[in-house]
Amino acid sequence: MNEHGPRVGFFTDTSVCIGCKACEVACKEWNGVPEDGLDFRATSYDNTGMLGANSWRHVAFVEQARPVPSGDGGGSGVRWLMSSDVCKHCTRAACLDVCPTGALFRSEFGTVVVQADVCNGCGYCVPACPFGVIDQRKDDGRAWKCTFCYDRLGAGLEPACAQACPTDSIQFGPLDELRARAARRVSRLQEQGTAEARLYGHDQGDGVGGAGAFFLLLDDPEVYGLPPDPVVTTRDLAGMWRAAAAAALSLAAGVAAVFAGSRR
Amino acid sequence: MVPDAEVRSYYDQPVLKAPVWRWPIPAYFFAGGLAGASATLALAARVAGNDRLARRALLNSAGAVLVSPVLLVEDLGRPGRFANMLRVLKPTSPMNTGAWLLAAMGPAAVGAAASELTGVARGPGRALECASGALGPLLATYTAVLVSDTAVPAWHEAGRELPFVFASGAAASAGAAAVLLTPGPEAAPARRLALFAALAELAGTRIMERRLGPEAGAPYGGGGRAARLSRWAAALTAGGAALMAAGRRRRTLEVAGAATLLAGAAVERFAVVQAGTESALEPRATVAPQRRRLSGAARPGARGQLGAGAQPGAGAQRGEETRPSPA
Ligand code: SF4
Repeated sequence: MNEHGPRVGFFTDTSVCIGCKACEVACKEWNGVPEDGLDFRATSYDNTGMLGANSWRHVAFVEQARPVPSGDGGGSGVRWLMSSDVCKHCTRAACLDVCPTGALFRSEFGTVVVQADVCNGCGYCVPACPFGVIDQRKDDGRAWKCTFCYDRLGAGLEPACAQACPTDSIQFGPLDELRARAARRVSRLQEQGTAEARLYGHDQGDGVGGAGAFFLLLDDPEVYGLPPDPVVTTRDLAGMWRAAAAAALSLAAGVAAVFAGSRR
Repeated sequence: MVPDAEVRSYYDQPVLKAPVWRWPIPAYFFAGGLAGASATLALAARVAGNDRLARRALLNSAGAVLVSPVLLVEDLGRPGRFANMLRVLKPTSPMNTGAWLLAAMGPAAVGAAASELTGVARGPGRALECASGALGPLLATYTAVLVSDTAVPAWHEAGRELPFVFASGAAASAGAAAVLLTPGPEAAPARRLALFAALAELAGTRIMERRLGPEAGAPYGGGGRAARLSRWAAALTAGGAALMAAGRRRRTLEVAGAATLLAGAAVERFAVVQAGTESALEPRATVAPQRRRLSGAARPGARGQLGAGAQPGAGAQRGEETRPSPA
């Protein structure tokens, strides 16, 4: 898809995430992202809450009561799911499609990046993203999200979050290689008895044409706050314009009709 | 329909980000609609030889089109960069298309009105009048595409109906505004337009809310802010139309009715925008239809129907496997 080498991606293998938040911290440090408030939500150990203008990585903590095998044959316990979420760098990115200024662009690495000096703060990308990733920074009015460490990629470095991850839950590389590796990983987990392991965002036939940042999850996507079947909104744009054209014609016809008989 | 209890989420947090648009955006939807439909009304009046009505409608259009960019710039995070929208031509972005539309419509309507008022350059003035009259219906309806082209269920799923709601609201506004400025028999077509369009707006809004269904349309039901705004809009539109109909020979009644009708169209835009916010913040509205679509599609990879429209598989039930209860 570009002449500058293969499209890069993130494969986030949540089965080995330990919830240390090193990715969140590394991202903030490298990119100079302002602090986003430390909210104790009384729901879990998550004090970031969600991705936003000032949180480009977000580690979700899901606490589930469920039966777990134990020494005397079984019982109930708690299982923790942890997952480091990030912008999906969609193949068909709604944020990029709807951006009226061209501030959002597809980089030579196949990633989706906001040019902060072009963004005029219209906010259109915010409700367009099917993953609720990009948001407007209240103080400066512009839209912000993960840049895939555009500057580091340019210098031949891996993104800060991937480098900081101590368990290799966040893996960076050419997207093709990552997809192959993820397929092997998910089948191995399933063979070993983790039947609920599944990939999310890896399928190029999905509604966003496949994500540049995809995941291995241990439960339904919505449990992690991810939409189960996201669709790029511009897929339906032609139909919306057709409806608008029909409405515009009806308006013109209606206006003409009220003059019927009043000609003098 | 999958019962709510079965829809899982991350601690009930939203999946989507709520729109960040403040009051100037729905106000602009109203002003743009008024400007567009008024220009078309002016052109039709001119063609019919009703110059008095044409003049008033043209002035309304020019006034509303002058307010529009002010509202748009007011809402930008970086107002100084408004012109960045006009540095590219981007058909995938209805906001970009709309900026160009407004950039063409504004000078046309204002130029036509200036020529009308001053009597200068009547030939070019008439040409501008034609141009603005032709662009008007698009200016009145593209804003529906703008909001539908998002991931917000209450907006996206209304993609087919919303343009008609906005078009009829715009026509009602244009008719009512022309009646406000034009006493007497010349306003008869504007009066008819206001009444018919008000009825169409009432019907269109109900159809849209019904077709959205209980998930995407949730903000319009119940006692939330969008539902209250929507009920106010309907009451004002119906009341305004009734007053106008009753006030055919009583100018005060008619003026009150026209003003009420304008208020109804404006409040309807605020209702639609508010519904989007509430819809985005409700994770079930996003998750439940997608979950049904997935269970309808059975095999992974079997849902590559890009461009096929967003209709979910008809009410397929999930539950082919037992899942652990939500956290
Ligand atoms: S996840 Fe959202 S912000 Fe990221 S590329 Fe896709 S649409 Fe844009």
